[in-house]
Amino acid sequence: MSTSDVTKDGVRGQREGRDALIGQGSGKGGRRRRRGERAMVPEATFTSYYGKPVLNAPVWEAADVAAYLFLGGLAGAGSVLAAGAELTGRPVAARALKISSLAAIAGSAAALIHDLGRPARFFNMLRVMKPTSPMSIGSWVLVAYGPAAGAAAVLDVAGLFKPLGRAATVGAAALGPAVATYTAVLIADTAVPAWHEGYREMPLVFVGSATAAASGAALLAAPVAETAPMRSAAVLGAGLELAASKLMERRLGMLAEPYRQGRSGRLMRAAEILSVAGAAGGALLGGRSRVAAALSGAALLAGSACTRFGIFHAGMRSAQDPKYTVVPQRERANARDTAKTEGA
Amino acid sequence: MSGLVGRNLLAGAEPDVAEDAGYPDAPPRMGFFTDTSVCIGCKACEVACKEWNAVPEDGLEFTGMSYDNTQGLGADTWRHVAFIEQDKPVGDADSGVRWLMASDVCKHCTHAACLDVCPTGSLFRTEFGTVVVQEDVCNGCGYCVPACPYGVIDQREEDGRVWKCTLCYDRIGDGLEPACAKACPTDSIQYGPLDELRERAAERVGRLHDMGVEDARLYGHDPRDGVGGDGAFFLLLDEPEVYGLPPDPVVTTRDLPSMWRRAGVAAAALAAGAAALFAVHGRPGGGR
Repeated sequence: MSTSDVTKDGVRGQREGRDALIGQGSGKGGRRRRRGERAMVPEATFTSYYGKPVLNAPVWEAADVAAYLFLGGLAGAGSVLAAGAELTGRPVAARALKISSLAAIAGSAAALIHDLGRPARFFNMLRVMKPTSPMSIGSWVLVAYGPAAGAAAVLDVAGLFKPLGRAATVGAAALGPAVATYTAVLIADTAVPAWHEGYREMPLVFVGSATAAASGAALLAAPVAETAPMRSAAVLGAGLELAASKLMERRLGMLAEPYRQGRSGRLMRAAEILSVAGAAGGALLGGRSRVAAALSGAALLAGSACTRFGIFHAGMRSAQDPKYTVVPQRERANARDTAKTEGA
Repeated sequence: MSGLVGRNLLAGAEPDVAEDAGYPDAPPRMGFFTDTSVCIGCKACEVACKEWNAVPEDGLEFTGMSYDNTQGLGADTWRHVAFIEQDKPVGDADSGVRWLMASDVCKHCTHAACLDVCPTGSLFRTEFGTVVVQEDVCNGCGYCVPACPYGVIDQREEDGRVWKCTLCYDRIGDGLEPACAKACPTDSIQYGPLDELRERAAERVGRLHDMGVEDARLYGHDPRDGVGGDGAFFLLLDEPEVYGLPPDPVVTTRDLPSMWRRAGVAAAALAAGAAALFAVHGRPGGGR
């Protein structure tokens, strides 16, 4: 039993040699590093609770949600290009893009429903319409877009009801840009640091990536004579994706680390290489060789997929490490306190 | 409802959350004031919460994190007592150790990101200004999980839906205090009308400062903060991040109007860009 008294004035009657052995606690001077704990991040002076994340990381599966980010982009941008191809007399490219959009949006719906904790309650998504919830808006957009994209593809392949098919094609093209971009808002509207703080550029990254993917699908599936606009679109899309990503990383500062390190970093690098190779290959050789066009198309599709999976994993990484939550917020709070003190 | 027009309901101070949510004669906003300076780490709150709400067991694991094997808030932990051992003297002593203990809980934010992003309307604002999940509606989309800036709400794996503190919605409607507050032996957890709690907290922090406890500070009490103030706020004895709390949380939907605008620009760029490209290229036989 202890014989010392703890009072406001300190400890009285303390006995020597009875000091409890303690760790570094979580006091000033960095996170507590315990035996066997891996150094997950370069040293940064910040405090956390035993290195535990502040946030609860997304429960989304990469195979569902990252795949959806890719497929949604492919579908949405594909419908835009399909309408352009159809209206300018490129029927084979138009049909190929309509089919790829239908397949992609069907895959998207399957992935999204599969990712639900209660898939049978999918229809609760249509219980309300909430502008504050990008997922609610997205669900309604998909409800309108899915049938349009489906009708456009089916009526084209079947060769039935041409005016109706045309209307569906145009309708899907009108909704396509929304399908391709809202997902950027979907992930940015979270507390995940690498996603939220990238909200300014994310829609441009997504639109660029989507355009590159859809162009890739056209290069893969349509004859060379019809793909000239898609080859240009691939260059513009890949260029936009790259430029917007670079801009985003520059503005993110330390929050760009997850986009450069680990699995997410490798995916982002692979995306860069594949997109540039695909766009360049398409532009330089895609007009001459069917094989080169197909290879370029495949590279563009793979590049877009890598971008989405890279962004997905970067977000996960930033949510799982308290550094990315604490350091920027601490800097913000300190700056405000300093401003307040100086103002007073 | 006409009072909602022209106001920013996504961020900033919002004195009447329940009324803005559609309750014409809402009772006063209720909340928690958790005064960690008198927390003794007994975890009665954790136990009472589990018992009352029938929250399932969530793993018995030895962490080595002081006396904390609970680790953090989640689907099956709605109160979590943090233990922090610090090489810091107490009072005027030259050296020594101090323990910080704090019972964490859902903050029931004025601007609750979980509620904002919920696509099904499962999460809703109660007449008491608290935020509650309707489990018969939740489809387990998981969007609220990364939306929460505090890492509170989470998905229960075997069940698929999300769960969090309800501020004992079933008890407070009957005039009872929430189970954790009821069980707290030191009144570290205080339940009551938020206005009253804020006054009491300001008084308490002032008294602690007078006693020389300069570390004492309030967290989540300020309606002008990034989430419009918390319905459950705290008196802490160190920086929030020491307790695993974010130092300057901001509701993600504060920036949502800007996000939609930027997405609109990007979408328009796609449509216009594609139209321009096809116009430039023309018909396959014709243009070039």
